[in-house]
Amino acid sequence: MGSALMALEVQIEKKLADFALEVSFRAEAEPLSILGASGAGKTMLLRCIAGLEQPDRGRIKLNDRVFFDSESHLNIPARQRRVGLLFQNYALFPHRTVAENIAFGLEGLPRDERAKKVATLVERAHLPGLEDRYSRTLSGGEQQRVALARALAIEPEALLLDEPLSALDTHLRSQMEIQLQETFAAYRRPTLLVTHNMEEAYRLGARLLILSRGRVVASGAKERIFQRPPSVEVARLTGCKNISRASAISDHSVEALDWGCTLRLAQPAGQSIAQASAQVSAQAPGFVGIRAHHIEFVEANGASSEENVFPCRLVQSSETPFRVTLFLTMQQHSSQSPQPDAAQLQAEVYKEKWQRFRDKPFPWHVRLPSDSLFWMKE
Amino acid sequence: MDWSPLWISLATSVTATVITLFLGLAAAAWREGRNGPAMALVDGVFLLPLVLPPTVVGFLLLLLFGRNGPLGKLFLGFGATIVFSWPATVIAATVVAFPLMYLTARAALEQVEPSLLQAARTLGASEWRVFREVALPLAWPGVLAGTILSFARALGEFGATLMLAGNIPGRTETIPIAIYFAVEANEMKQAAAWCLIDIGISLVLLAGLYYWTHLQSPERLRWARR
Repeated sequence: MGSALMALEVQIEKKLADFALEVSFRAEAEPLSILGASGAGKTMLLRCIAGLEQPDRGRIKLNDRVFFDSESHLNIPARQRRVGLLFQNYALFPHRTVAENIAFGLEGLPRDERAKKVATLVERAHLPGLEDRYSRTLSGGEQQRVALARALAIEPEALLLDEPLSALDTHLRSQMEIQLQETFAAYRRPTLLVTHNMEEAYRLGARLLILSRGRVVASGAKERIFQRPPSVEVARLTGCKNISRASAISDHSVEALDWGCTLRLAQPAGQSIAQASAQVSAQAPGFVGIRAHHIEFVEANGASSEENVFPCRLVQSSETPFRVTLFLTMQQHSSQSPQPDAAQLQAEVYKEKWQRFRDKPFPWHVRLPSDSLFWMKE
Repeated sequence: MDWSPLWISLATSVTATVITLFLGLAAAAWREGRNGPAMALVDGVFLLPLVLPPTVVGFLLLLLFGRNGPLGKLFLGFGATIVFSWPATVIAATVVAFPLMYLTARAALEQVEPSLLQAARTLGASEWRVFREVALPLAWPGVLAGTILSFARALGEFGATLMLAGNIPGRTETIPIAIYFAVEANEMKQAAAWCLIDIGISLVLLAGLYYWTHLQSPERLRWARR
């Protein structure tokens, strides 16, 4: 079967404890990251596809096989789906060795063929020497590799990974990420990767699907979603720190109500307001946002009439080893009120850069570059 | 001294324990994943022999297996009389030991991490293979504990056995029954000897059980792999 024909098509509804999972998407032979906060229904979605849970309604189809169809009362059991599922806790059989775990799904093969296949999988998962060990004695990274090798042993037609990196220590994560990327590159079949970490989602997936309380709030090319989040919710889930209520004055100019300034936008403000409604009415309400690392600090040579440049003052700062997050306010008046000003903007800069202007007197000047600003509907 | 009560007791207990093991496991596996008020009733029925006086159990068994009882008639059709025969000691012991096996097997199976069973299913395993190769090996320490408890209970069975199987020396006279009739006949030394033997067997079993469960680790439970 050519890879062009491979596709996982999901369109399901399932009532959960406090919301309903209502998801519809199509995944082709490339990794798709499913991003969402904990409890957004991500794991349930994978379990429905694997056949461990039954949706209330809908249809699940992988390549030319229908797994579930509520209309024709079809529900293929998990064991017949040939879908590899990597559990969040890896679910290795504690009473079986590494080799026996990997061989579990190869029951149908003759003994010598099975041994050969296990040896290949052990090799590919960088596990040689550990064949006779029990999972208890393995490190987290090794356990994950065994679980992945075990899932791949049945040559699944789709691979589902539930938070594959969340159980690992930070230093192991980047290492495992590279291994996962290798695996995905070799696998080339529909692959879903569930995570609550947006960086992981971005690095590991070719495409992105964002889930919030059981619904798809964004899906498509990851670059586009991160650059132009379609809604405030997606902006927040993708880590955008600066969001202001805004009203559109014209196509390229908006008033940021929370920041108290007028901003020029490279992209027309109306664009992501329902394009169907032919005309964008003036004063159309919406939101404007910018990512913390896109905010620039500029020298003010008296003329603060430059595009999107505004004076500001520092309210607070927070340092990480290499970067610093600056909490800024754009209020003009210095703090004569006893209350400290509330921060309006978060900017993130490298420390080297910060050293250069940290001791300068207020006001500082920030630029909100017009091509980094994005307009969002509610 | 006539040793027949020892052999009868051991034969009865071993047979009853083997039957109980399979019945209890089957019932526990069947009960897994089922819920609702009907299941509460099922649990009640399964556990009744544990709380009823053995004489009540014996009386019910007499009704069932007696000449006019439904099961009694069935066996009579094959030319077999159950009441006052050795199989009656096995039936009585099985019924009273069953709740212990059922309870411990269920607790042990419930403790098996569900994701392990689910992982086995996604790897293509049938429900039977999931049970035999994943659930059972992991629940095995608990199941074995239940087996030993069942054996001890079967060994000590008195009331129901006496009612269903009577006291026929050399055929249905188990150790507990031998003790009762020795005391009744004022043969105190005989009774004391049987008591010591019974205490000895039970003590060895229970001590062995504790020693063994403390030794357990999943790696040693490899019997069910192939």
